[in-house]
Formats: sequence, structure tokens, C-alpha cells
Amino acid sequence: MSTIDTWVGRHHERAASLPGAALPWLLRRRADAIARFAELGWPTTRLEPWRHTSLSFLEQHELQAPESAPHPAATLAAVRSEFGDGGHWLVFVDGRFERTLSVLGGLPAGVVCTPLSEALSKHAEAVEAAFGTADEAASPYALNLALCTDGAFVRLARGTALGAPLHLVFIGATGAADTHLRNLIVAEANTEASIIEHHLGGGSTLGTTVTLVHTAQDARITHLKLQQQDATAIHLAQIKAEQARGSYFASHSLSFGARLARNDIHTRFDGEGCETLLNGLYHVDGRRHVDHHTLIEHASPLGISREYYRGLVDDNARGVFSGRIIVAQDAQRTDAVQRCDNLLLSRMAEADARPELEIYADDVKCAHGATVGQMDEDALFYLRTRGIDEIRARQLLTYAFAAEVLDRIALASLRSSARATLLARLPGGALLEELL
Amino acid sequence: MLNIRNLHASVEGKRILNGLNLEVKSGEVHAIMGPNGSGKSTLAQVLAGREAFEVTEGSVDWDGVDLLAMPTEERARAGLFLAFQYPVEIPGVSNAYFLKAAVNAIRRQRGLDEYDAMDFLARVKAEMKAVGMKEEFLYRSVNEGFSGGEKKRNEILQMALLEPRLAVLDETDSGLDIDALKIVAEGVNRLRSPERSMIVITHYQRLLDYIVPDQVHVLSEGRVVRSGGRELALELEEHGYGWIKTEPAPAAAGAQGARP
Ligand SMILES: Nc1ncnc2c1ncn2[C@@H]1O[C@H](COP(=O)(O)OP(=O)(O)OP(=O)(O)O)[C@@H](O)[C@H]1O
Ligand SMILES: [Mg+2]
Repeated sequence: MSTIDTWVGRHHERAASLPGAALPWLLRRRADAIARFAELGWPTTRLEPWRHTSLSFLEQHELQAPESAPHPAATLAAVRSEFGDGGHWLVFVDGRFERTLSVLGGLPAGVVCTPLSEALSKHAEAVEAAFGTADEAASPYALNLALCTDGAFVRLARGTALGAPLHLVFIGATGAADTHLRNLIVAEANTEASIIEHHLGGGSTLGTTVTLVHTAQDARITHLKLQQQDATAIHLAQIKAEQARGSYFASHSLSFGARLARNDIHTRFDGEGCETLLNGLYHVDGRRHVDHHTLIEHASPLGISREYYRGLVDDNARGVFSGRIIVAQDAQRTDAVQRCDNLLLSRMAEADARPELEIYADDVKCAHGATVGQMDEDALFYLRTRGIDEIRARQLLTYAFAAEVLDRIALASLRSSARATLLARLPGGALLEELL
Repeated sequence: MLNIRNLHASVEGKRILNGLNLEVKSGEVHAIMGPNGSGKSTLAQVLAGREAFEVTEGSVDWDGVDLLAMPTEERARAGLFLAFQYPVEIPGVSNAYFLKAAVNAIRRQRGLDEYDAMDFLARVKAEMKAVGMKEEFLYRSVNEGFSGGEKKRNEILQMALLEPRLAVLDETDSGLDIDALKIVAEGVNRLRSPERSMIVITHYQRLLDYIVPDQVHVLSEGRVVRSGGRELALELEEHGYGWIKTEPAPAAAGAQGARP
């Protein structure tokens, strides 16, 4: 029996106990989704978007819940000490909402922030509208729809703003070999919020996450994803935004963990004058593999997109970036900039950076560039001539290269937490602390 | 004292320094002039320890130690300073952090207490004032987006902070307006002392009006072909380098002879 059948079997076993099992629309979508997954199977390199990242090994792959793991409360405490105690915290362990660890007091009126499992009954219509379908999804995200157990449901009523960031924390502990989470963010007109996803722990598990963001007119949503799972975990994730006129969506993707991480990030401008920032940093070491596959659809005029990715690739690791930008025929006066720069930290490290521009409009500004290179020897020498040890100079330049990505995080408190997280990962980081 | 003997260096198989001799005593300031491509910057970089240049022959003795055997950072900590002809931009590293790291690396070596943030700031602000740099340059990335003149001032600032025993200034005057030139010259003159030696590489005799050298050397094809007093610079200004190059081998021998 192939593992595809195993997954179909899991769907049948779990269907009745999944949240929303009494909702006909959801049952139907889940059934369609598992059918789509069974038809497509795991993506292989024969599919263009998966050219550098095959999942065919999952056919044979044994998933295992970790035999032991730090207590989720301890994992959470570490994150909270880095990100400050303020803000709102929605915590999920092994794919299930953990009420005792969550902190949700003091939400402004008009802001809903609850686990999806509860929203399915309390906000059924809104959930149905925002939930998405598997119709065009890549197979891992179809599987996500079929099996998702929980996630966050966030709704900002017209004109509301979340003053403090909302943290969604997903911790993999000993309870599950696979987790499937789905987050729905519905930002009505003129709203503003910063939402942070933390992904931690996980052992040798498979985790899929889909985050759907609906930004209505003039809404401003900042999404930051910080991925720091164990170096054995597999993480397949999609972030998909639909932007109405004049809205702003920023995605910061910081990928520091998992043996294999795939992040599909997609936004579409459905109205005039939308703006997006896709900003990302990956630090890959050991034998890990990280792939960011992004798509910006300029489907309407006067859109502005800025995309900046940087990769630090060490040891035998591999970093992949592909950035597709589609400018539709009537998306005149589009202004798009895309860059991806990679710093190879070892001779065996490998990076692929590929822009893909499809431009059908004629009045367009579109700049792009991609580099894969080694450390700047001139800068290294310059630092050494000032008495700074070579090893320190290398650490400093490595950090500086990466930290520029973090400078684009607008919220100062988030920016400094992100810097501290980066420093904590990099060799010699403690000595560079005064850079913060 | 710095004693360079028969120095040969090449890069990617290309020979650039071809038996260079130079002696600079403590407290002396020597100027090096010479046409483009004659090897002036190569000499400066070899002295600072740039590994891309391979020393194939010769020696550099610095107060009894073999300079060429030391790694770049140790040379710096022992008191060698190179002001770059083309200072390097380092995006993402603030000038303040960079300067403090450099000063403290050198203070550690000298057995002095490292500066804390307050002491450092007081010191650096005073030095910046002296070289006419605004405080905002502390918070910008090292040399990134600095104008040519601002980069050069930043080099002089570093020299002032690091208080070297041997300073090599590679065309620090190039691209400077007359006011900046005076500031650079003042920076150098302030540091002049019996324990300090300086090598000032320049194309312009103008600088030597402000920094009066003990000796002037002319470099050509990787060798010192002529040495003399500051009047040599005036002669070069007037006649260019042609008259040196056209003279046959004895010119070089003469230059050797002119060395003290
Ligand atoms: N990395 C390198 N690879 C190849 N050739 C080099 C390299 N660095 C220097 N050279 C060559 O060595 C020669 C000497 O260069 P150098 O920079 O020392 O000259 P310079 O005297 O400082 O000239 P300038 O007055 O223009 O600054 C030049 O011909 C230059 O092209
Ligand atoms: Mg030069």
C-alpha cells in the first residue's frame, strides 16, 4: 500500500472526529480535498513549481511523534521571553488549541480571535466564506484542508485595529506524527494588525499549515512567520493573501528550522493601488533544505510590490528561492521590485535563486536581481586591518548580511525580537549582542 | 623602524613588486609617489597583510619582528594602520559598532581597559569633531553611501582613534577639497611623534605642503627608482614621471644610493 492510500485511510478514520464534522459544506470540501490529494500524490520535481524540492520521498517516509520533547509550557516561555509578555497569544500543541497556555484578554471590540475549532460553530458563515477550497491547491495543501484539526480564526471588523501583536504559536510535542493547521485572517475595510506565527518543536513529524489572509479595502496586515522547528521536522506551508483596493499586506518569512521547509507565499491584487512587501530570510545548515516559492499577482493597476529575500546557506544545506511575478494586461503602472541574495557559508552549500517575470501590461516598472555568492573578501580584510579577528569578522559580516532583512520589519519591538532570535542562532552571536 | 628589503610580490602570477627597498625610521614621515599602476597600493596592502598578494622574495622587519609572518589583525593590534585608497563599504554594520570593536581590539592588546559605551562615545565624538564629521555618521553603515571625501575622513577618524605606531596612508588626499585636505593633514600632523612612523602615498605635491615629509620616494614598476628630499616632489610636479623612466638603469642605482 502506498502512503497515498495511508493518507486517504487517515482521512476516513479521522473525518468523524475532525472539527466541523457536522457541517455539510465542510464535509464536502474535505472529501474533495482528499480526492484531489489522492489524484495528485506528493509533488515531484517533474512539476515546475517543485523543480528543486521533491516530496516523493514522503511515499516511503516513516513519520514519528517525538518520544520526548520539552514541556510545551517551557517552549512557550522561551518564545515569550524573546517577544515580550505583551500581545495576544493563541497556542496550539500538536495541532490542538491549548487554552491554558493561551492569553487572549483585552481584545478590542470588534476583533475576534479564537481557535478555528470553536469558530466553526460560533462564526460558521464567516468561516465558510474564508475557509478556501482545494480546487487549485498543490497536493500538500489539499491534504491540509482534508485533515486540518485547528488553527486560528481572526476577524477584524471594519475600522478596528489590534494595538498589540497577535502571536500564534504552534508547538510540536509528543502527541502527533502529523499536524495540519489552518489559519483564517479576515481583515475588513480599514483595519490593521500584526500577526506572528511561531513554529517550534516537532521531532520527525510532518506539519502542514495554510494561512489565508483576506484584506479588504485599505486594510493593513503584517504577517511574520518564524519557523524554528527541530532539524528533523518536515514543514509544508502556504500563505495566501487576497488584497482588495488600497490594501497593504506584508509577509516576513524567517525560516530557521526543519529538515525540509517549503513555504508557498502568494498574494493577489484584486483592486487598484494595492501594496505588498514579501520579505524573507532563511538560514539553512546541516543537511537541511528550505524552499520559498512566491507568487505576486498584479491583477489590477497601480500596484506596488517589493520582494526581498536573503539566504545564509551553510554546511551541506540547500536554499531555494523562486519568485514569480505576474503582471496582468490591465495592471498598468505596476511597480515591482524583486531581489534575492544568497551568502554561501561553506563549499558544499547550494543555493538557487530564480526570478520568473510574466508581464502582459506595457506601462510597468519591474526590476529584479538574484545573486549567490561568498563572503566579501574586501570587507573581511578591511575589518581585519582594524584588529578584528578573522572569525569574528566573518560572524559580523554574516549577521550584517542577514540583519538587513530584519530592518524591514516596521514594528520596532518585533524587529528587535527577530534580531535577538537571529543572533541566538548564529555562531558568536552572543558576542555581537551590542549590535541590537 | 621599518625595514623593507628586496620585496617581491605578485598577484595571480603577475609580478607587481620587483625588489623594493625602503627604510622608515621611528618618527619619520616618508612620501611615496609614482605613476598609476606602479605598485603603491600593492605595497600598502602587502604591509597590511592582504593574502591575495603573494610575497615571493624579500623581508619586512618592523622593530625586530618579521612583519610578513603576522596575520593581518595582529599587525593592526601591534600598531599598523592602513588608510585605504578605496575604503570598503560594509552594509549592515554601523560605523559606531565597527569603530568601537576596532578600538577595543587594540586597547585589549595594549593592556588597556576596553571602553564602555559612554567612554567610547565621548572619545569618538571628540575625534569626529576634529575631522569635521557629523555625529550621524556613527549610526550609518560603515562607509555605505559615504561620499569620497567622507570615506577619507572616516579613515582619518579611525587612525586618530587607533593611534598607530606605523600609519600607511594610501592616497588619502585624492578627491578631497582643500578644506578636507587641511583636515587630513592636521590629523596626520597631530599624530606625528618620535615613536610614530608614517608612509604617505600621494600623487600631489600639494599635500606635502601641509605634511612635510622627511623623504620622498618614487616608485616605478614595483621598485623605488629615486629617493630624495621634499624638493623631489616639486621636480615631479614640474616634469612628470617621464624624465625618471627615460633614464636607464643607473637611475635606479642612484635611487638606491640616495638612501641613507
Ligand atoms: N588583484 C589584482 N589582480 C590583477 N592585477 C592587479 C591586482 N591588484 C593590482 N593589480 C595590478 O598591479 C599593478 C599595481 O597596482 P597598484 O594598485 O598597486 O598601483 P598604484 O601604484 O596604487 O596605482 P594608482 O596610482 O592608480 O593607485 C596594476 O597594474 C594593477 O592592475
Ligand atoms: Mg593605488
